[in-house]
Amino acid sequence: MTALLEVEDLRVAYGKIEAVKGISFKVEAGEVVTLIGTNGAGKTTTLRTLSGLLKPAGGKIFFDGQPLNGVGAHKIVAMGLAHSPEGRRIFPRLTILENLLLGAFLRRDAAGIDKDVQRAYELFPILGERSKQAAGTLSGGEQQMLAMGRALMSRPKLLMLDEPSMGLSPIMMQKIMETIQELKSQGTTILLVEQNAQAALSLANHGHVMEVGKIVLSGTGQELLHDESVRKAYLGED
Amino acid sequence: MNDLPQQLANGLLLGALYGLIAIGYTMVYGIVQLINFAHGEIFMIGGFGALTAFLWLPEGTSLALALPLMILFAVVCSVLVGVGAERFAYRPLRGGPRLAPLITAIGLSIALQQAIWAWYPDATKSRTFPEFTGPRLDFGAFSIERGDLFLLIAAPVCMIALGLFVSKTRSGRAMQATSQDPDTAKLMGINTDRIIVMAFAIGAAFAAIAAIAHGLRYGEVNFKMGFIAGLKAFTAAVLGGIGNIYGAMIGGVVLGLAESMATAYIENVPGFASFGGGAWKDVWAFVLLILVLLLRPQGLLGERVADRA
Repeated sequence: MTALLEVEDLRVAYGKIEAVKGISFKVEAGEVVTLIGTNGAGKTTTLRTLSGLLKPAGGKIFFDGQPLNGVGAHKIVAMGLAHSPEGRRIFPRLTILENLLLGAFLRRDAAGIDKDVQRAYELFPILGERSKQAAGTLSGGEQQMLAMGRALMSRPKLLMLDEPSMGLSPIMMQKIMETIQELKSQGTTILLVEQNAQAALSLANHGHVMEVGKIVLSGTGQELLHDESVRKAYLGED
Repeated sequence: MNDLPQQLANGLLLGALYGLIAIGYTMVYGIVQLINFAHGEIFMIGGFGALTAFLWLPEGTSLALALPLMILFAVVCSVLVGVGAERFAYRPLRGGPRLAPLITAIGLSIALQQAIWAWYPDATKSRTFPEFTGPRLDFGAFSIERGDLFLLIAAPVCMIALGLFVSKTRSGRAMQATSQDPDTAKLMGINTDRIIVMAFAIGAAFAAIAAIAHGLRYGEVNFKMGFIAGLKAFTAAVLGGIGNIYGAMIGGVVLGLAESMATAYIENVPGFASFGGGAWKDVWAFVLLILVLLLRPQGLLGERVADRA
């Protein structure tokens, strides 16, 4: 059986500068895979290429058995790949409900959409309480909840989360990580990019360490969590 | 000062005209951050489209009967030119330096003027536009020309329809999303290329309606009519807060009122005795623009740019 997402020798360049220099990895249905690494390692570039916002310079991407190379971003969502981007990127002047509904833009099943809005409100009660409020008035952590809720509204086969804990207070960070754990236990397939390596590796089935555009180390979440070089470089231990 | 109601009516009508054209500037700017300087010419083409449709009809057809066909043909002409400009002039430059599409827009504006001048029959001088004849419509405190009735009905209908479209429909929400964050809109599954085309098309259609109103009001169309009307509408869009459709409407009305008030009353202000009358009206419009740019550069309804957390 083939994996849900297969990336083979992916290369991405901004002009002449190669940001991703030939990486390969897989995501199997039902698992959480994380990419960790420092700023500029190419993690966000990788996600933006998978969702079609950037064009690969080389390599192959297969999602659910279909090639993604050259497919427009708006068509990739329709195939079941949702992307909650770095920096949350909620629509600030639309209401919370309108943001959620945009997440379901391609769906036509009004009843199902209603149900999923309720589900998002259950996952993040604050969104339900403020559904008519402009999204730009939410705090950073609440905006992150909205971004995740919005991405789930397309009922994705694979949810990509880019730096969900960035800039959040420790309490909010914990809440977001708990939610990811909850989504995992519900069977959601997740590709998680995080700078908080400890949290990401703790809940991931597999992890890959990226450095300047390459994957330098791969393993199960637990293996990486206990790997000495990872502990030194990313978990702040001497 | 008992002609105040009349001056207010004049200002409102003028403002409605500016507002209709301003929608095209503001919608396109809101989505692709481009000042489409050819928009005035898209307006002008609508005027010639309406005239062409009228001349096709058998002589003696009443203007009221001809009007639906004129509207249809004007809208078709303007939308084709607007959408064509987006597809062939602006889209290839998207993602390039910001100056490139701006220069293209100015070039396109000149090219469209010259195309009408050279190829439309007798367009080297003004062509007569059909007018509604008859006495002015008397509303008591003020009266309006019969032809302005079209503007009086069309402007609010268009504006309300646009407001409902943008806030209540799926495409309208997609349009708002695209204007706030195009990349993220794509991640929602929105085909942003289609939304951009839609913005150009709506703007062009409104300009075509405005061109008919303009023709009925002034009784002529000519190849340069888009220049000053476009500049005024652009002023209205900036005045209201460019990128904001309600701003375009309000900016249009404020500009129209300011122009008619200044024209009528500024000579009563001590020291301004020699600045009254119609010859100075464009000056007051642009003085207002300069004041807004100095004191409130984001426009009346504009928002500060950094609203992303």
